[in-house]
Amino acid sequence: MTRRQLLILLPAAAVAWEHILAGTPEASPNYTMSEHWWGMLMDITKCIGCGSCVRACQLENHVPDGYYRTWVERYQVMDWTVETPHVDSPDGGKNGFPPPKEVGGKNFFVPKMCNQCADSPCTQVCPVGATFVTPDGVVLVDQKYCLGCRYCVQACPYGCRFINPATETANKCTLCYHRITKGLTTACCEVCPTGTRQLADLKNPKDPIHEFLKTHSVQVLKPHLATKSKCFYYGLDGSVR
Amino acid sequence: MQIPVEGFMYPNEVELQWSVLIVLYPFLTGLVAGAFILASLERVFRVEAVKPTYRLALLTALAFLIVAPLPLQLHLGHPERSFEMYLTPHASSAMAMFGFVYLWYLLAVLVLEIWLDYRHDIVVLSQTTTGWRRLLYRMLTLGSTNVSARSLAIDERVGWIVTVIGIPSAFLLHGYVGFIFGSIKANPWWSSPLMPVVFIFSAMVSGIATVMLLYMLLSRLRGEPIDMRCVDTVAKYLFYTFIIDFSLEMLDLIHRIYEADESFRSLDFMVHTKLYFPHIVVQILLGTVTPIVLLALTQVVKLSETLRKRIYVVAGTLTLVGIFAMRWNVVIGGQLFSKSFLGYTTYKMAFATREGLLTAIVLSILPFVFLWILVKLLPPWPERHAMPATAGD
Repeated sequence: MTRRQLLILLPAAAVAWEHILAGTPEASPNYTMSEHWWGMLMDITKCIGCGSCVRACQLENHVPDGYYRTWVERYQVMDWTVETPHVDSPDGGKNGFPPPKEVGGKNFFVPKMCNQCADSPCTQVCPVGATFVTPDGVVLVDQKYCLGCRYCVQACPYGCRFINPATETANKCTLCYHRITKGLTTACCEVCPTGTRQLADLKNPKDPIHEFLKTHSVQVLKPHLATKSKCFYYGLDGSVR
Repeated sequence: MQIPVEGFMYPNEVELQWSVLIVLYPFLTGLVAGAFILASLERVFRVEAVKPTYRLALLTALAFLIVAPLPLQLHLGHPERSFEMYLTPHASSAMAMFGFVYLWYLLAVLVLEIWLDYRHDIVVLSQTTTGWRRLLYRMLTLGSTNVSARSLAIDERVGWIVTVIGIPSAFLLHGYVGFIFGSIKANPWWSSPLMPVVFIFSAMVSGIATVMLLYMLLSRLRGEPIDMRCVDTVAKYLFYTFIIDFSLEMLDLIHRIYEADESFRSLDFMVHTKLYFPHIVVQILLGTVTPIVLLALTQVVKLSETLRKRIYVVAGTLTLVGIFAMRWNVVIGGQLFSKSFLGYTTYKMAFATREGLLTAIVLSILPFVFLWILVKLLPPWPERHAMPATAGD
């Protein structure tokens, strides 16, 4: 190779390197991505709507006010309103819930977050591949690559994405990837006082999720959209949207 | 700014993601595709009556195509990263193809066809003008100054081939915009296989109406008589295309009403409340039914020339209002309801912001500025051919 060729190739290689690195999650020593396949179990019967998970998530991930990587919904279902329940989530349920305006019916809380879909519509539509699924099954956004086109926000059926006003890029639950790759659980699971949320490693044969899934009826949200959601709900009522 | 919400929205849904600029984008590309299809009527399908609009249609398409990506760029959180779509396009994303479809249409179809069609004029102008104009026209010849009969025949032949390729490209350009919306399964207001087809036909409608209005306006400004045979033919094609477009939209509507799936209650409520004015009143009654009735009148009743002209102006203007309302209802309407189908949000359009009304107005005027420049540089009027010496004046 001549000096002239080298001088031409070097800047091109430098530009290309950025693109090769794009879509690579944060490195973590002693962690092998191929050995894990992450998901989440939500036991709705245990949720008390305290909002600790929302607060913990906001603190851990610097989520701006008015935006939510996770939130809690309160459902009030009368006998005749299964298809049109009354739902509220004041400030994402961050500070708990005021007493309901109407008494009666079936009342329960539903924590929501990114469903870490294996066939995620948000990943499909991203024009540059800034949103990607890691080999261990977590949907992440490369903040240095995202255009802020908002197509992924439109494509998410669960309303889990938002545009962070500080970075003008798409933002969502990372399943606390910076924590779980170090052997920790997520911030929301860590603080949940009732064990409603449980991080699940579907590739780990010793994970209690396997026993739970064998012995309980679980559902995913909006199964008709075939997103291969990995957020499993136990005790999910038919009225939940 | 507190956004009024009715019922329950997922907390991240309250703020609309796609603004009036994204309404403008399909409207502008639609005009491009429609204007090009009209041009192809003369070139490929040999509809000689519309010849006076041929060059104007091409220049209109180019003027609007130059502006079309600007609303997208302004809307991006990081416009400086938009070139990444060329470097690392994500194959599964409909949006990733934008840059390639746009460039293909701009360079391989539109600019090439205009250049081939104008090459003789450009060569003549490069020899008859002086100063910077001479320099510009000489550059525009791209060194190809051979205007022999054989050379012009080759131009004609290649131009025909380019137009033939251009027709599916125009369909691709706008059908693809429809696909961006139609392929979002999370949103029942958008998710429909009919969406690309509806977008294509509505594009043709808006493009034909624009060129018709521009031709009439420019003829008047130039003090030239309006070629009624031409305008009548254009209006006839506008009428036929509009009938197909309206039928497709009604098919979609009837299908939704009859099927009445889980989203229907929510969408129906929205159409009867927040979208009642833009959808029922502006889009359907004022912007679709009225122009169709007016155009139908010109087809079945023998009317005077003056009356026909007036009807075409009213029908053309209402058509554009209706098609803009259609884009508005698709883009904004599709974000007003919750994906939980339990609530509705509100779109609050800002004024003097990056994605505000003022920006939208400027971007709407900009294509006409470009068109004015293009018309000055490359006069589309046939009589200028006969007087090349004064063409650059």
